Amino acid sequence: MGKQDLPADVAKSSYNYPDALGHFGPYGGTFVAETLIAALDELRAAYESLKDDPAFRAEYEYELKHYVGRPSPVYHAKRLSEHCGGAQIYLKREDLNHTGAHKINNVIGQAMVAKHMGKPRVIAETGAGQHGVASATIAARLGMECVVYMGSEDVKRQAANVYRMKLLGATVVPVECGSKTLKDALNEAMRDWVTNVANTFYIIGTVAGPHPYPMMVRDFQKIIGEECLWQMPEMIQRQPDAVIACVGGGSNAMGIFYPYIPYPNVRLIGVEAGGHGLATGMHSASLTAGRPGVLHGNRTYLLQDENGQIIETHSVSAGLDYPGVGPEHAWLKDSGRAEYVAINDDEALAAFHRMCRTEGIIPALESSHAVAYAMKLAATMPKDAAILVNLSGRGDKDMHTVAEKSGIKF
Amino acid sequence: MSRIASVLSSLESSGRKALIPFVTAGDPDPSLTVPLMHALVEAGADIIELGVPFSDPMADGPTIQRSSERALARKVSLRSVIAAVSEFRRSNTGTPVVLMGYANPIEAMGVDAFADAASAAGTDGVLVVDYPPEESHDFAARVRSAGMDVIFLIAPTSTETRIRAVGEIGSGYIYYVSLKGVTGAGHLDVSEVARRIPDIRKAVGLPVGVGFGIRDGASARALSAVADGVVIGSRIIEEIENSPQDEVLARVKALVGGIRQAMDSREAST
Repeated sequence: MGKQDLPADVAKSSYNYPDALGHFGPYGGTFVAETLIAALDELRAAYESLKDDPAFRAEYEYELKHYVGRPSPVYHAKRLSEHCGGAQIYLKREDLNHTGAHKINNVIGQAMVAKHMGKPRVIAETGAGQHGVASATIAARLGMECVVYMGSEDVKRQAANVYRMKLLGATVVPVECGSKTLKDALNEAMRDWVTNVANTFYIIGTVAGPHPYPMMVRDFQKIIGEECLWQMPEMIQRQPDAVIACVGGGSNAMGIFYPYIPYPNVRLIGVEAGGHGLATGMHSASLTAGRPGVLHGNRTYLLQDENGQIIETHSVSAGLDYPGVGPEHAWLKDSGRAEYVAINDDEALAAFHRMCRTEGIIPALESSHAVAYAMKLAATMPKDAAILVNLSGRGDKDMHTVAEKSGIKF
Repeated sequence: MSRIASVLSSLESSGRKALIPFVTAGDPDPSLTVPLMHALVEAGADIIELGVPFSDPMADGPTIQRSSERALARKVSLRSVIAAVSEFRRSNTGTPVVLMGYANPIEAMGVDAFADAASAAGTDGVLVVDYPPEESHDFAARVRSAGMDVIFLIAPTSTETRIRAVGEIGSGYIYYVSLKGVTGAGHLDVSEVARRIPDIRKAVGLPVGVGFGIRDGASARALSAVADGVVIGSRIIEEIENSPQDEVLARVKALVGGIRQAMDSREAST
């Protein structure tokens, strides 16, 4: 879709973030020790030279088409919509990608950058294991060494994904420090990177971290929303009234939101993990219940105590269990362009089951948060309204969690 | 002249090098922090780097992370660290104290509140690991206006342009990271460090302290031949970790005293 096709108010959009130093308003930036600066400078220079290079673009698009299986379809969830009794719900089927989630879009892009930079070894952090599996997959595909850091708690929760990574030839390193979850895996991956920077590329899995990661990961994920921009008019002759995505670090949400930012009539709604409920303090809702601070190389909303210590988070879905959030989301929140809400564990699980029974689709628990909010919102909207949900991943990996919640043992 | 500058210049005129131990405030117990600082001085410390514990110390190795976790388990906060400095100052007005930590606890307290409280307590310098020069102009100005030095890291990978930028914004001394890695790592290459330091000192116009990976008297002695100061952290933390609480002071004193001796024997022999 070319510029001439855009409505006048869209073409005038002046959204142009981040700035040259990676700032989204007051958020983002490069808050790292001097030991990492040279590596980030090298990465920034490599990415700048590659991102608009026609040969690089062609290679990336070829991989997305033939290896990932893009474009992923948009699907009208008719029975789910009928059940809610209001707006029509459409699903962007990122769960149908190779490896079962949106993560692969970004990982392919970064692994290609690594290859161009001549780095034979890639490292990654992972929470639910999806980003680790995607990284291990691409490393196998490109013949690179791959080391994945994973909190030891998550290793226990996601045993099947750990085995997948090993099948793909990756080394999985359980991280025993701190809260033994995603944030600690990220700390450990950063430590590896700073030590082995000469031959190692760090594939960050979300739109967080120091510049240029939030921008680069967004750029590799925006294919999701770009496809929706032509798929929705094909289906309903217009763009949706609202776009909904779950937000942990926020990469699937940024991927579908970003192309819609210039469309003022499209509401952008990010759904965070409300865990046991915001009032209990046991949740992962950084934007809804946190406040700005500095962690993992960027300034953003964080879950922290009154002394600025990062607090442990909770969510039934390991992929949303992160105390920070991508800095661009922080800026979209403050600027009012996007709204952020929270969905509790129970609501996400109910949506998970409803989706299984009404549509024959087993969604990831992460994505189930977005589905749950879409169901709530749909019920308040007329039948001719349209909600687009990013179904960011499939739920096969969550079988044991859901079974356990239902009191079933395999 | 700041307390840091005057200590470093008097060391220089006497041909000695600065011994700069690092301990995490509140580890192993908040009641031991001030006694530990005095013990370090008695063992020959010239400047004390006092670590402010943080839940996610990304640039540190496992040893310092564990010490942070022990301190946080005992409810140590930035405010209580500042209170420890204040208590230390009641009986020591000569040894500079540098607070070393991460940005978030400072931002949570508020930069203004932090600068005023730290300065009033008698803090001499601040090193915020995850504030590189490009993200800390306002912070550095505020800390300097409160009368404290702002100390920055330089890494083996830092370019000449960056080293000069650090020289412009930093004061007190420069902390040169002696290896590619995290604190406490085990692959220090003394000759490589020796090769870099003269150029760095010339470019920044400040004394250069070296740290990360210095584990014993021999490496401290070798580095004090080329640097203006030597920072030792993880090795001291290990000693704290492995000592029964009632022996912590004596054992840390013995360790640091031994390193002091090793450094001074180099000076005597040259």
